[in-house]
Amino acid sequence: MSSNNPNKETILLIEGAGCASCVGKIEGALSEVSGVKTASMNFAQRTVLVTGNANEDELLGAIGSVGYQASLVKQNDTELLDEKEKSEAAYYKRLMKEMTIALALGIPLMLYGLFIGEMTVTTNPERISWLVVGLLTLGIMYFSGRHFYIGAWKSFLNHSANMDTLIALGTGTAWIYSMVVVFAPDAVPLMARHVYFEATAMIIGLIDLGLALEIKARGRTSEAIKRLIGLQPKNARVLRDGEELDIPIEDVVLEDLLRIRPGEKIPVDGVVVEGNTSVDESMLTGEPMPVKKISGDEVVAGSINKSGSVIFKATRVGKDTALAQIIEMVKRAQNSKPSIGRLADVISGYFVPVVMIIAILSALAWLNFGPAPALAFAIVSATTVLIIACPCALGLATPMSVMVGVGKAAEAGVLIRNGEALQTASKISAMILDKTGTITEGSPKVTEIQVTGDYKEEEILSLAASLESGSEHPLALAIVESAQERGLVLSKVANFEAIAGHGVEGSIDSNSILFGNEKLMDERSVSIEHYIASAQRVASEAKTPMYLAINGELAAIISVSDPIKNDSVEAIKRLQANGIRVVMLTGDNRATAQAVAEKVGISEFFAEVLPEDKSIKVEELQAQGEIVGMTGDGINDAPALAQANVGFAIGTGTDVAIESADITLMRGSLHGLADAIAISKATLRNIKQNLFGAFIYNVAGVPFAAGVLYPFFGLLLSPVIAGAAMAFSSLTVVSNANRLRLFKASDH
Amino acid sequence: MLVINILGFALISLIVWWFWLYKPRGGVVAKGTVPITVNNGVYTPAQVRVMAGEKVTLSFLRKDNSPCSSIVQFNNLEISEELPLNKTKEISLESLKPGTYPFSCQMQMYRGELIVEGKDDE
Repeated sequence: MSSNNPNKETILLIEGAGCASCVGKIEGALSEVSGVKTASMNFAQRTVLVTGNANEDELLGAIGSVGYQASLVKQNDTELLDEKEKSEAAYYKRLMKEMTIALALGIPLMLYGLFIGEMTVTTNPERISWLVVGLLTLGIMYFSGRHFYIGAWKSFLNHSANMDTLIALGTGTAWIYSMVVVFAPDAVPLMARHVYFEATAMIIGLIDLGLALEIKARGRTSEAIKRLIGLQPKNARVLRDGEELDIPIEDVVLEDLLRIRPGEKIPVDGVVVEGNTSVDESMLTGEPMPVKKISGDEVVAGSINKSGSVIFKATRVGKDTALAQIIEMVKRAQNSKPSIGRLADVISGYFVPVVMIIAILSALAWLNFGPAPALAFAIVSATTVLIIACPCALGLATPMSVMVGVGKAAEAGVLIRNGEALQTASKISAMILDKTGTITEGSPKVTEIQVTGDYKEEEILSLAASLESGSEHPLALAIVESAQERGLVLSKVANFEAIAGHGVEGSIDSNSILFGNEKLMDERSVSIEHYIASAQRVASEAKTPMYLAINGELAAIISVSDPIKNDSVEAIKRLQANGIRVVMLTGDNRATAQAVAEKVGISEFFAEVLPEDKSIKVEELQAQGEIVGMTGDGINDAPALAQANVGFAIGTGTDVAIESADITLMRGSLHGLADAIAISKATLRNIKQNLFGAFIYNVAGVPFAAGVLYPFFGLLLSPVIAGAAMAFSSLTVVSNANRLRLFKASDH
Repeated sequence: MLVINILGFALISLIVWWFWLYKPRGGVVAKGTVPITVNNGVYTPAQVRVMAGEKVTLSFLRKDNSPCSSIVQFNNLEISEELPLNKTKEISLESLKPGTYPFSCQMQMYRGELIVEGKDDE
């Protein structure tokens, strides 16, 4: 929101306002401040809501000038959530009250009609008593059902129609017909002099009940996001000017030093500067084991400090913390709709007027062809058609499941960008896994140096490390680290050049040095044939051999090994068990790739793929008709992630901002991938159940209500049953979506 | 009976006309920030007209308690936002191409449209 927003809202908390007459004074003072549009005080809460683009200090000053103290109320997610829950709870209470009153009239009336007497009007005393009942029903319509009639009327004026329209028309028709019977029985054939006040009261009561239960059930669909929001502590302990202060987390600024004791939640993102501890990040990443943190390590808001007391420096606060971004992303994704829901949207757009037309047609059919009393049948069938139809269930089918599914995924450390990604992930038939950092740890180590001639290991390593010191390639890092461990001194490099997918070259002390893979040696005609066998042996152990040539002569083979993550094999098995074709992709040489692939049980792999060609491999699989998922670390494989039907980025726990990925796995494990696919499949299945249920319900319910079964079986649905069916059909959809919460991704 | 049938079909025609065929002209021609109230099952105004290429901010104020109204979505813009009760929520849209952008609640019961008009219209 921009600061010159004319509708900006500021909430002020007033102290010392003890009487209701203060309200006028305070509001008056505020409305004189320039920029203020409206100021309205909630005396019960002692807060004022100011709209308009006014300076906050001036607002505080204005309140001070009339003798009160005020402070700004900053709203965070937690408060917004509290408020939402409060207003929902109030709405629930109101609906339950309305429901009780409506059913208090409806149930006795219905029981009377079923077991005691006829609900017909024949004599004058009957007319009078039914008139009283009719007026009571009118009272119910006003007290318990007013919102339906107002909503129906407003949307009618707007040329649109909704649930309210159907309910208002249905209950209204029943009531008006009954009143006609009461006031002018002679206008109605003798056999049709039946009143339906019980239907009106029961329908209103049942639908209020359905709405109330739906609100409760809806609350549960957002439990995951509530849990995430609940991870944010309210206060933080900062060290300022040598003092420890407890302050609200909104007031923590960058570079603040914060102290965390064992058992406390970490309030903002930061870097440890003193002490060491282990931190439980499972709520964020799904990673069950506590993570060790020492000076220099990052900590993230929302994780729980387990063992030690540490001081850390705030690096991201407020809306920038990883947790805040996760919450924002999950919220957004939960509200977005996959394309599977589009058809339902189109249908529900036309639904209500179509139902109104069916109701009229059904009434006409009864009047024209129905048995006596045709008029009563016509009224009952029209009312029942209007009441039974439920576009809400159709409209709710998709969003409710997406809400639960995305939340469920977030709990497992899987962030799904939007509903579409969720839907496509459920259809993935082939999964490409990048080797380095995805299947393997991504932190290779030098394991062996074989030298030729008189060269010494140290000398070679120093040359290689000098050359690689500017590179960010994981293999380069391994070389440099190894040199540092041995305390080697690095030399200056001239004419440095990185050759993508091949290696590096440069000159050191007027010697020209080449360092890279077999391809590079081939291209520069460095003879390696005597060493092929030993290189192959290295590769067959799933290590990567790298060649170093000095002045065109091979000087050494340095083997680097990147350990396979300990759960990669299991996770890949899970994917394959789900019928997914798993393909490995790597820039590494063929022999190493083959060895790694064999170790993890992958039969298909692409080796020696240049970074820019990764997306071509994705295209190739797509051309074979596969729905391709691509998993990488999101750094150098962004184009491939974007090309894939679903791009998965393997995060390092806190890197949420991986923009090119449709799905981000917060923990490094490939199990996240299998979880993501299992959850998306379960969610899509749930959506389909919901859509099918809602669709069949309406397709079968409406003709049934219109009386198609009457000619064959003599069956005609009562409007009260229709009301109950309608009220519970949306509840069923929400409850079915809630069933997803019990889904265990790890079992699939 | 004939009269009743004719009345019935007339009613059907009215429904078709009122809900589908009738295209209201007008709506609110707007610039800058457009306040939209969400209450009683409708967006007021339900139709907002803006000129193409101009930035427009729709400021939704939800007064309606029903959970259905709590989300507004623009399906062809892939926007979906939660509307807090009794608070404004702003949705800013920039440089839209001419066309009609419907917005609705999740169940398609609340409906409105943002009409973006080309420069040389009117």
